[in-house]
Amino acid sequence: MTAEFGLAALWLAAALAALQLFAGALALTRKGEALGGAVRPAAVVQGLLALASFIALVIVFVQTDLSVKLVHNNSHSAKPMLYKLAGAWGNHEGSMLLWVTVMGLAGSIVALVERRLPEKTMLATLAGQAFVSLGFYAFLLFSSNPFTRMAPAPEGRGLNPLLQDPGLAFHPPTLYIGYVGLSIAFSFAIGALITREVSPAFARAMRPWVLGAWIFLTLGIVAGSYWAYYELGWGGWWFWDPVENASLMPWLAATALLHSCSVLAARNALRAWTVMLGVVAFSMSMVGTFLVRSGILTSVHAFAVDPERGSFILALLGIYIGGALTLFGLRASTVTEGERFAVVSRESALVFNNVMLSCTLGIVLVGTLYPLLAEALGQQVSIGPPYFNPFTAIFVVPMLLVMAVGPLLRWRRDEFGRVRKGLILPALAGLLVLGLAISWKPAHVLPVIGLALAPAIGIASLLPLRGRKLRQVKLPLWGMVFAHFGVALSLFGMASDSAFTSEKLVAVNVGEKVAVGPWQIGLKSIDPVAGPNWTALEAVMEARYHGGDAITLHPQSRSFWSPPQQTSESALVTRWNGQLYAVLGDESEDGRWQLRLWWKPFVPMIWFGGILIAFGGFLALLGRVASDLRRIVARNKISYRRQRQGR
Amino acid sequence: MSEAPTKGARWAMWLPLGLFAGFAALLVVGLMWPADKTVKSRFVGQPLPEFNLAAASDDRPGLSRADFVGGKPRLLNVFASWCVPCAAEAPQLEALRQAGVEIHGVALRDHKPELAAFLARNGNPFSRIGADNLSVVQVGIGSAGVPETFVIDSKGVIRHQHIGVIMADDVPKLLAKLREAEQ
Repeated sequence: MTAEFGLAALWLAAALAALQLFAGALALTRKGEALGGAVRPAAVVQGLLALASFIALVIVFVQTDLSVKLVHNNSHSAKPMLYKLAGAWGNHEGSMLLWVTVMGLAGSIVALVERRLPEKTMLATLAGQAFVSLGFYAFLLFSSNPFTRMAPAPEGRGLNPLLQDPGLAFHPPTLYIGYVGLSIAFSFAIGALITREVSPAFARAMRPWVLGAWIFLTLGIVAGSYWAYYELGWGGWWFWDPVENASLMPWLAATALLHSCSVLAARNALRAWTVMLGVVAFSMSMVGTFLVRSGILTSVHAFAVDPERGSFILALLGIYIGGALTLFGLRASTVTEGERFAVVSRESALVFNNVMLSCTLGIVLVGTLYPLLAEALGQQVSIGPPYFNPFTAIFVVPMLLVMAVGPLLRWRRDEFGRVRKGLILPALAGLLVLGLAISWKPAHVLPVIGLALAPAIGIASLLPLRGRKLRQVKLPLWGMVFAHFGVALSLFGMASDSAFTSEKLVAVNVGEKVAVGPWQIGLKSIDPVAGPNWTALEAVMEARYHGGDAITLHPQSRSFWSPPQQTSESALVTRWNGQLYAVLGDESEDGRWQLRLWWKPFVPMIWFGGILIAFGGFLALLGRVASDLRRIVARNKISYRRQRQGR
Repeated sequence: MSEAPTKGARWAMWLPLGLFAGFAALLVVGLMWPADKTVKSRFVGQPLPEFNLAAASDDRPGLSRADFVGGKPRLLNVFASWCVPCAAEAPQLEALRQAGVEIHGVALRDHKPELAAFLARNGNPFSRIGADNLSVVQVGIGSAGVPETFVIDSKGVIRHQHIGVIMADDVPKLLAKLREAEQ
């Protein structure tokens, strides 16, 4: 019953999305204005129905109702409850349902709270949102129905063991909220293009959505990167895998959009560019989803590989992105221009940052698609760090330099001489580290640049606070300081990981000792252990930092039986100055055990910095929402007073 | 403010659409003519490695590489009593045995009492069962988990790898692979 209820709710939600689209579109014409009143309620109910459908799917998974095909394919009665829950969205159909649910709920919130924009722009926005949702409803209902029944099977197949990790259970929803939050920015851009209302009010209305989406994207990428780092057992934190790039590309576009939104909101400039980024950011979410779902690119994640679904998503991409860009081509020239600014100004720095982010996005997109292009020409290639690292650095390094200076500049017009004094300290710090790093005879250029840039940016990011009373500093400024400082920390972590990591690949007997970096590690024993749905060999190791106290490590090599797969659970020791990383490999013929050991100085800074970046975004969002609320309260007070005076 | 945009600027507004059209064309090509991405074990086409496993159960002998040489092609089935899907493929293995196929089993990290109970419950289609307590054979033939089934020709060369449970409609396919291996 629950599955049928979910399916019915999904159909109803799709019907309401159709109503929302047509009422909204007709309300923009002179004859249909009366229909405008139906749009907001339709958006609210549509979101609630999608939520009801998603809850039905979760219930079906919690009950392990094996007569539902999706449950049979992705779950197993012996699985821990957390992964039964995660099974609901850890697959193609469920994640698509989650997608429309988040989109529907976001639409509901916009319909309920957004009062800043002209009503017509608002209706166009909600109609645009419904248009996008409809495509995904059609995709779900006609090609990927999550509620399809089958003859009850004896037992389910289980979730891919690599995905059985608490971090990963919440990783996809986090990214999805980010992706889908950008759909709101997309709809705002469409609405603004249709009614030609690209104004600071538009930027202010869109900004919280972009900020929210960006925070979730950042957290999602940080979590995904840490998951890949400890779960795959390769000791790396970023692989330029298509699935990773799929989340990085919308993040780059959203970062650019966030900054150009600020320019539009504060200075009424960069209008066409902001609208364009609004379209591109969500397009990148869809393109990323397409690349992951269609099986068009092979990836370590190898998700649902299905060309028919690929064609469906490609058609959606064509309609939405193609349609939006056509609209942009038709209308953008009427919204360009805006306030002018000088070459040395806050605006210029932000334009530069935007251009560099867009170029980085281009590099990542080309690198992700190049294997496809080469295949079309009859070649098989794989593209990895040797391409991505130097080419993205070409754009990222200048952007980071400008990031250090930009926040110190004034809007509209400034003199470089005014900020020069403040920059002496960060520049000195950078040069000092650069000198140290070069004298240490590095093997690679990029880590050295990163090591030098990190302290310079770290100090520079604090400079906007100088000469202010810290208590009076507004939240969005705090947000910027935290986010930029987080960038410096992450950069430091990345650079020191690639510059200073020591690695040992050894085969040892039980009882032997190995040294890696400052650590002494002894293999004590190898024991079999069993979990709820796996068995494993577990190594007991004793690690001593510089001969200090012993810390016990338990890396495992796990065998899952449903579906059968082996995974390695790495063991980590985190210290303030880095992380020890141990992986248990196979037993060799002479009875020795393969161990992979890494000492990675300061590597946790990568993710700690990432969390700070997201925290900065959160502070900015909090500040913006608070000031919006204050404005609403003030406006209500004024209108209340006027009413009383009128009496 | 709001002066008419120049011709160049107007042209630039269509640039994103042009780029997207190229991108979409590329994706269409990728979807229409997908590359062959079937993952083959790099051990297919390779001879079995040398191994000699002790008997995993009391009523069947152990297993070594020599047991695959000579006669007709055989199946090598990697399984375990703790493996739930392995029970699901038991009827298909029995069907293959009745079709005249010789099946050798490799019991992965198993214990004698559990294995005996498993075979009593699900039937015993194997002519020999080796105990692979250290995953030597499993790793040596590129098997990633249980169950997996390999077609081995009469020279001891791996000819085909079947990953996962053998379903009813896989039986004729495996028989065809065995016939193919005979040539």
